[in-house]
Amino acid sequence: MDLLNLTAVELGKKIQAKETNAVEAVQAVLAQIDKMDDTIHSYVTVDKEGAMERAQKVQKQIEEGVISGPLAGVPVAIKDNMCTEGILTTCSSKILENFYPTYTAEAVLNLEKAGAIVVGKTNMDEFAMGSTTETSAYGVTRNPWNTEHVPGGSSGGSCTAVSANECFFALGSDTGGSIRQPSSFCGVAGIKPTYGTVSRYGLIAYGSSLDQIGPVAKDVTDCATILETIASYDKKDSTSYKRDSYDFTSALVDDVKGMKIGIPKGYFGEGLDKEVSDAVMAAAKELEKKGAILEEFDLGLIDYAIPAYYVIADAEASSNLARFDGVKYGYRAEDYNGLHNMYKKTRSEGFGAEVKRRIMLGSFVLSSGYYDAYYLKALRTKALIKQEFDKAFSKYDMILGPAAPTTAPKIGSSLSDPIKMYLGDIYTISVNLAGLPGISVPCGVDSKGLPIGVQLIGDCFQEKKILRAAYAFEQTRSYQSPFDK
Amino acid sequence: MANIISDETIEYVGILAKLELSDEEKEQAKKDMGSMLDYIDQLNELDTSAVEPMSHVFPVNNVFREDIVENGDERDAILKNAPEEKDGSFVVPKTVE
Repeated sequence: MDLLNLTAVELGKKIQAKETNAVEAVQAVLAQIDKMDDTIHSYVTVDKEGAMERAQKVQKQIEEGVISGPLAGVPVAIKDNMCTEGILTTCSSKILENFYPTYTAEAVLNLEKAGAIVVGKTNMDEFAMGSTTETSAYGVTRNPWNTEHVPGGSSGGSCTAVSANECFFALGSDTGGSIRQPSSFCGVAGIKPTYGTVSRYGLIAYGSSLDQIGPVAKDVTDCATILETIASYDKKDSTSYKRDSYDFTSALVDDVKGMKIGIPKGYFGEGLDKEVSDAVMAAAKELEKKGAILEEFDLGLIDYAIPAYYVIADAEASSNLARFDGVKYGYRAEDYNGLHNMYKKTRSEGFGAEVKRRIMLGSFVLSSGYYDAYYLKALRTKALIKQEFDKAFSKYDMILGPAAPTTAPKIGSSLSDPIKMYLGDIYTISVNLAGLPGISVPCGVDSKGLPIGVQLIGDCFQEKKILRAAYAFEQTRSYQSPFDK
Repeated sequence: MANIISDETIEYVGILAKLELSDEEKEQAKKDMGSMLDYIDQLNELDTSAVEPMSHVFPVNNVFREDIVENGDERDAILKNAPEEKDGSFVVPKTVE
């Protein structure tokens, strides 16, 4: 149990110091999965044999001095929308129930080169469309803090796997908050990098202009270390951005003196739970005590981000998910009458309700006669939202707010009213529209014992500022685990 | 509800999206799409006449590279995932008489 309480970087150090090794670490994680996962269901696939083989191989390379990085020998869980060669990759959808990729996503490959060991694939909302991890074709994931509650989504399984010690860190993906919101609900840290920082090659696309892969971990040091490992310029992703620097760990300094933090008044209005509001403001005060300058301001167009997002994301999804047609991979309907009927039956039987809902809306807003009124209108709104953030970042180093308006809701309480569920994304979605980096770090628990996260949003390419502030805040408290109770 | 989705629209969207819906699903889809469009219509409160549509946050234009084959022959591995294959090809239902 001792080993499992370590962070990824702490474990990596112990492996380098020969106090433990990759094989022991993987064994400990697999034992914890055996113990926990019948209840929590973080994983769609656990690759026990493969993980043990990789652990032995990596351990040998560590001993030979071939690999020596901070994540060498550290077990990792991967969200099931990232391709892993030879390991089942379902996107939590029936339509990919038997898909074994022939290649590995670039971000995962970067981790493997650094010696991290993939133990399995984590559960998610089907095709990352959801906020609760309840729309998976493979069953719901439960929050380790209280199994009656959802873990959030769509990277729910990645966040519960970290929280329940079923891995040492995980990768998630964030299209509208899918790393930050479940991190907040599960009491872990998660960062969505600036668009283009981590290659999307091998990430099964949902909303291509919004999707980013990012780390989920126990603390900010892990987040920075993992990001430094997975971020890379990749010519196989045409939206990959060649950054001047891929250093993130030098930001881990306990010093926020003089940093200007803007707090949008509109984030603290109606709809925000009082306990969440209090915990987030208390976090802001801690940063102020350390010398940061807090200032409230009006961030414009907050209410328009969600409608613009659902037009853009669903439009892109309707196009991206056209490839699932029962020809090249995945599920094919059994009875059909000709090619077009085969397509239709395969898709109708293979996709779940939320995915169909979004594909239909996306097809509609792109259709002739509605394209200008909906799709182009949303892209124009996106430009205006970006301008609002540009204005804010001309005055502030970062923006501070909640990651979600409430703590984790009860299982079964969200899906009946889609618009109400979509409104829960109000603090995260605009960050994706503007391509910005955002991090959620734990800042307390509510009276029900459920975790609360504070979100820090930076300007494009300013991950180091938000990592530094998140790190400084983290020094004021100790990590809380669901097992502490 | 301001947006009333007709049966014809749902049929048309079904064709575009390549989805076959049961009658029950169609009724639900009409309701869901109507209320989503009502919600989305609040974008019309914004004057965007002077704003260019922004598809990417960064000025990403066409990204070119030399057309050189870098991967090997993965045909057999790729075909392993196919629901049906024959003689190194995907099998689909007959499309021409």
